[in-house]
Amino acid sequence: MKKFFNVRVLRGFISIVIFVVLWQFVVLVKIPYLENLPYPKEVAVDGINAVGSKTYWFDWGISLSRIFIGFIAAQLIGIPLGLAMGISRVFKGFTFPVFEMLRPIPPIAWIPLAILFWPTRELSIYFLVFIGAFFIIVINVLQGVSNISVSLKWAASSLGARPKDIFWKIMVPGSLPSIVTGMTVGMGVTWNVLIAAEMIAGQGGLGRMTWEAYTNHNIPFIVVGMVSIGVAGYLCSTLIRWLSEKAMPWKKRF
Amino acid sequence: MATIKQKTQGAISIRNVTKIYDPEGVHVVAMQDCSFEIAAGEFAVIVGPSGCGKTTLLNAIAGFDNITSGEIYLDGELISSPQKQIKPAADRMVVFQNGALFPWKTVIENIIYGPVVQGRMKRSEAIEIAREMMNRVGLNEIEDKYPEELSSGIQRRVEILRALINHPKVVMLDEPFRGLDTVAKTVMHEFLMDIFCAAPRTMFFITHDLDEAIFLGNKVVIMTTRPAQIKKIVHVDLPWPREHHLLGSEKYLELKKEVLEAVHEEARKAFEAGEREMA
Repeated sequence: MKKFFNVRVLRGFISIVIFVVLWQFVVLVKIPYLENLPYPKEVAVDGINAVGSKTYWFDWGISLSRIFIGFIAAQLIGIPLGLAMGISRVFKGFTFPVFEMLRPIPPIAWIPLAILFWPTRELSIYFLVFIGAFFIIVINVLQGVSNISVSLKWAASSLGARPKDIFWKIMVPGSLPSIVTGMTVGMGVTWNVLIAAEMIAGQGGLGRMTWEAYTNHNIPFIVVGMVSIGVAGYLCSTLIRWLSEKAMPWKKRF
Repeated sequence: MATIKQKTQGAISIRNVTKIYDPEGVHVVAMQDCSFEIAAGEFAVIVGPSGCGKTTLLNAIAGFDNITSGEIYLDGELISSPQKQIKPAADRMVVFQNGALFPWKTVIENIIYGPVVQGRMKRSEAIEIAREMMNRVGLNEIEDKYPEELSSGIQRRVEILRALINHPKVVMLDEPFRGLDTVAKTVMHEFLMDIFCAAPRTMFFITHDLDEAIFLGNKVVIMTTRPAQIKKIVHVDLPWPREHHLLGSEKYLELKKEVLEAVHEEARKAFEAGEREMA
């Protein structure tokens, strides 16, 4: 129990209380331009109602499945591609220029093309989520591979490792920290892209839910949507952190 | 133990070795026409100014890099020449300057990596031998730790054990104790001394520290500033196993003076060359 009542937790709690009190105050005194802001209580009531409804969780499910499909596809293609580029100079020579040409394009800028090219809206959204995570993971893996110290490779080869061993026992674990960084950053970008895509083109999902609250002028529910998106993003990042601790026990202990 | 058992393996012969980096472009001559011999079971210490090409020589012997001309033999077998370069193998183990334990493997996994990946031992066998080695040098109770959880002195000892489990003909150490404090260094010297006296094998030890060089070596090879050549070879006939009170003995001081003079001359040259470049 002691753990829950330490000073840090207390400070955190106080900061949240202050935030809510300020919010209440801002609505109460009707500060210019913020007159439409709902009271914290209205948002809370809407939020509690939403949590009890099936459609709300249905939207969660849609958004999460879109994230996972696009994100996992990006890792499945991006990680091997990054490793290949990091290991083979020839392969990098052929692929990197095109890659660098496309990488600076913000994922959201792909929305029109994605809608035009893919036969269904759903596929376009998967594709956009994929783009959001893909370039980031590739560039991180590539960097991770090139940062592996040459002494580790030399030590392994002196110890008798064959090229195959060096790949699996040195290059792969050596680039894991960068893979995790790539996934963490990619997950953040992916949520940005997903919400934009859902607001513009989606059917269902947390982004669409929030947008519909706007079109219905249901302001408390807009806030409920925003908070939900924040929570969803946070949960996804936590999942990645948890996975990374499982995958890298040598980083966990300190 | 005044004399040590004669070793028959691990004689290194370096003959007229020259190494030029980027011959077409910048053309840096790292070593020029270097020749010297290291007898089997000898503890050779290589000293010389920074960047003079000591590591270049180590890389050539280990098989990490090629040479521009000359030949290197190990027990009469050609291991490096411009035409031929024998790949790195467990008969020539290296302990690296900045350490090269695999961070993602525990101590014991690091040590057994060589014999297991070579297919020379089963895991269980290798673990048993590794434990025995660790016990002998007082490193038990850390086998399940990861390298980053250990002090750099302990990391170095583990790395040396990882090399030794392969029974290499030659152990090459590239400034392994750089950055350790004096006390830790003393501990490391004793550790290395124990290991060497228990089973002498050829050592190729690079350092900047002259006390360390004389304390550990049978032979101190002093190299010149770049392009590296052999400036002087000093034979250290102090009895084994060496103990730290030796560092005050007259014989030791004489040797130190001899080494110091040779090194000092090179250091001054290196300094002047630097001054000229600056001017």
